[in-house]
Amino acid sequence: MIPKRINAIKFEVLSPHEIRRMSVGKIITPETYDDDGFPIEAGLMDPKLGVIDPGLRCKTCGGKAGECPGHFGHIELVAPVIHVGYAKLIAKILNAVCRECGRILLKDEKRDKFIDEIENRKRLGQDFEDIVKEVFRITKAVKKCPHCGEEQIEIKFEKPTFYYEGEHRLTPKDVRERLEKIPNDDILAFGMDYRAVRPEWMVLTVFPVPPVTVRPSIILESGQRSEDDLTHKLVDIIRINQRFLENKEAGAPQLILEDLWELLQYHVTTYLDNEVSGIPPARHRSGRPLKTLAQRLKGKEGRFRGSLSGKRVNFSARTVISPDPNLSINEVGVPQVIAEELTVPLFVTEKNIDIAREFILRTEHPKANYVIREDGKRIRVLDANREEIAEMLEPGWIVERQLMDGDVVLFNRQPSLHRMSIMAHYVRVLPYKTFRLNPAVCPPYNADFDGDEMNLHVPQSLEAQAEAKILMSVQEHILSPRFGGPIIGGIHDHISGLYLLTRGVKKFTKEEVMSILKPLNIEELPEPKEDGYWTGKQIFSCILPDITIEFKAEICQGCEECKKENCEYDAYVVIRNGELISGTIDEKAVGAFKGIIIDEITRKYGNEETKRFIDNMTQLAIRAIMNAGFSFGIDDEDIPEEAINQIREVIANAEKEVEKLINAYKESNLEPMPGRSLEETLEMRIMRELGRARDQAGKIAGRFLGMDNSAVIMAVSGARGSMLNLTQMAACIGQQSVRGERIKRGYTYTNRTLSHFKPGDLGAKARGFVKSSYKEGLSPIEYFFHAMGGREGLVDTAVRTSQSGYLQRRLINALQDLKVEYDGTVREQTSGMLVQFRYGEDGIDAMKSFRGKAVDVKRIVAEVLNKE
Amino acid sequence: MKMKLQDHMLVPKHEVLNKEEAEELLRSLGVKKEQLPKIKATDPIAKEIGAKVGDIVKITRESLTAGKSVAYRLVI
Repeated sequence: MIPKRINAIKFEVLSPHEIRRMSVGKIITPETYDDDGFPIEAGLMDPKLGVIDPGLRCKTCGGKAGECPGHFGHIELVAPVIHVGYAKLIAKILNAVCRECGRILLKDEKRDKFIDEIENRKRLGQDFEDIVKEVFRITKAVKKCPHCGEEQIEIKFEKPTFYYEGEHRLTPKDVRERLEKIPNDDILAFGMDYRAVRPEWMVLTVFPVPPVTVRPSIILESGQRSEDDLTHKLVDIIRINQRFLENKEAGAPQLILEDLWELLQYHVTTYLDNEVSGIPPARHRSGRPLKTLAQRLKGKEGRFRGSLSGKRVNFSARTVISPDPNLSINEVGVPQVIAEELTVPLFVTEKNIDIAREFILRTEHPKANYVIREDGKRIRVLDANREEIAEMLEPGWIVERQLMDGDVVLFNRQPSLHRMSIMAHYVRVLPYKTFRLNPAVCPPYNADFDGDEMNLHVPQSLEAQAEAKILMSVQEHILSPRFGGPIIGGIHDHISGLYLLTRGVKKFTKEEVMSILKPLNIEELPEPKEDGYWTGKQIFSCILPDITIEFKAEICQGCEECKKENCEYDAYVVIRNGELISGTIDEKAVGAFKGIIIDEITRKYGNEETKRFIDNMTQLAIRAIMNAGFSFGIDDEDIPEEAINQIREVIANAEKEVEKLINAYKESNLEPMPGRSLEETLEMRIMRELGRARDQAGKIAGRFLGMDNSAVIMAVSGARGSMLNLTQMAACIGQQSVRGERIKRGYTYTNRTLSHFKPGDLGAKARGFVKSSYKEGLSPIEYFFHAMGGREGLVDTAVRTSQSGYLQRRLINALQDLKVEYDGTVREQTSGMLVQFRYGEDGIDAMKSFRGKAVDVKRIVAEVLNKE
Repeated sequence: MKMKLQDHMLVPKHEVLNKEEAEELLRSLGVKKEQLPKIKATDPIAKEIGAKVGDIVKITRESLTAGKSVAYRLVI
């Protein structure tokens, strides 16, 4: 077969002539099947229209079901009706042409100028819509025909299909007659090609009946036939059309005929689009609105978005996810039931035929579900035919065996915003019904376990499997192409665990060390310190490969002069030859997004080693946190009476300060800040004062909670939460804001937020300052202000996600054809247009950069110095 | 008096390539003139450096990531 390339697609409107030409028969009866269940000739299910029942042959082309594409029929309409889809355009055209002579309401020279411009734009491949718009705009205003001098009356269009000329209503027949009068040359000025679209074709006189293959009837379990919605609608059209014809021939009064005409118009309209505004949608007997032509195409589930751009796939599964720290980061736990359903093809050769045969003969889990013969026939492997199939098996066949440990699969969580949203994992078949994954891979998927579901796909060819393993494995994505740092690393418990293990000098007995290192495959313990104990730093060093780095940890206080190794907070990490000498391991060292150690290992030893390190690190961290014991409860937020008094004092002082500021403002003693009004100055100074009070309260609370408090540990190590969160829980929630200002909305006419306050009260309390902590609880007024601020946050996130989602969609659509060529230029794929002369101006692959920088000078210097 | 655009700190250096340079550029990139990005002959900077339709303009920018980056545009 010669491959065909589509060069262009031209859309035209079907002419009545064409509808009749492509029709295989006139449809006249609304009946579908007779009493014996056979389709009626000249009915809606006429066998000439194609076949849907297997076994039967098409009366037109002789093809079987599946071969015959179906054939159109037609209905001769007794009276013309408007096509809703073109109703608006018809109205525009009617207003643009003379009601008497049918000429365009423009002088010939002027018309030709417009036509020339349209041709010009077409030639250049540019949009000419605006010119057409201009034509309609000008002609609508013309009061008198320049050709015959007839006075023009504006035609009012009423949705969906009615036209009024003053008080007088135009029938579709009138409309069609007017459109027929328009000469071909005038049509060009509307941007239409008269060979493709004559305006009168937009008023239907013949109606195409789509083939049965487009509207197949289904047989219900009860044996009853159930027709497609389109067929139902066509029945209505034919029935009314027939009745119209009979009444007309019998010479029925005009009033009745008009009613029938309108009814016909209604049925044709709803057949084309059942969601037109202005008329009630046609309904099924059950009350469900019918799904007619426009509904099949429109929207997310429509033909375009649902069937053409989006498709459903086989060999995939979806279920809830849950964590399993005992899996490696590149594994995924697959429920047994899913593994028994999904299959991997085994291409039988002489060399593997015995293995293939074994799968067929097996009766339990990794067994064969299907075999595909060389001729493409698929046979289900059952107890009855198992032996027989195994006997017949020969090279060239394909055995579809069940998913088993070690198979490679693609794992995905929506929204797939970056390439790390789909990664290749190795299968581990496990009991129960959820997908299991190592919690360390949550960050790239942005997954948590509050009910998230994920999808799994099984690559079906050896090429796909190889690509998945080489390009898509989890370890290949430890470094993010977004910022050139690790995106996979320790989270939550891993960080607090290692923090507890490595902070300061902790002593462990041999038993403890063994129990912590148990899952780790460590063959030899390091030498204990002089006192016979091991330190946490030694234990952590066990999993470190040979690296040498120094950096400031997350808990670094940012002293003016860094004391390095002698840091009093143990915040300066020194690792020499794979030995943790000083410092605490926290988020900065092993966390996702930050993880300097992970970064270093990847650069020095590659992805495989890093994967191993992350696996070991998470296991070690979990044992360590279990050994130390770690919990958090409401009483962890308790602060002593003394602290409470101090906080109260701080807040009371701040309130006093605010009062002072307000008084200064009222007495006009306030000095405005440069570029600000007096009111703005006051607001800013109050905000600053209250913000400071909240921070001070937080500091006091932090001081009394101490470094051993679990919440403090989590906050400072970067495991979860922040000191601000803690402040709000234990000390003071602080100022609530809407639109970045103190709350001022409410009774605007008296300028107060609630009726509890005096008009014009600018005090802290009246403008949404919450002095309670979450633990104390909020007063009703505070609660209300808090809800206002909280609601704004909620609305913001909802708006932001939808907007950024759409922005990303547009960006992806715009950039999808760009590719970095071997010469480092960025080009558009089809036209070869140059977009960038050097990718990103510096030609750097961000994934291979050091946090966005092309070279890590510090590292190179350190490495060179180390060698000497 | 009119100020020279080139003197403004935000306007990168623009220069017209001579024939040999232009040919060498197209050869090394393996593209046709039309596949380059474009600049209008009516663009103020194009007028200032006297670029005519069909010329190729070399633009040298200070770049945050690369220090210095070079781009070319076809005058249309």
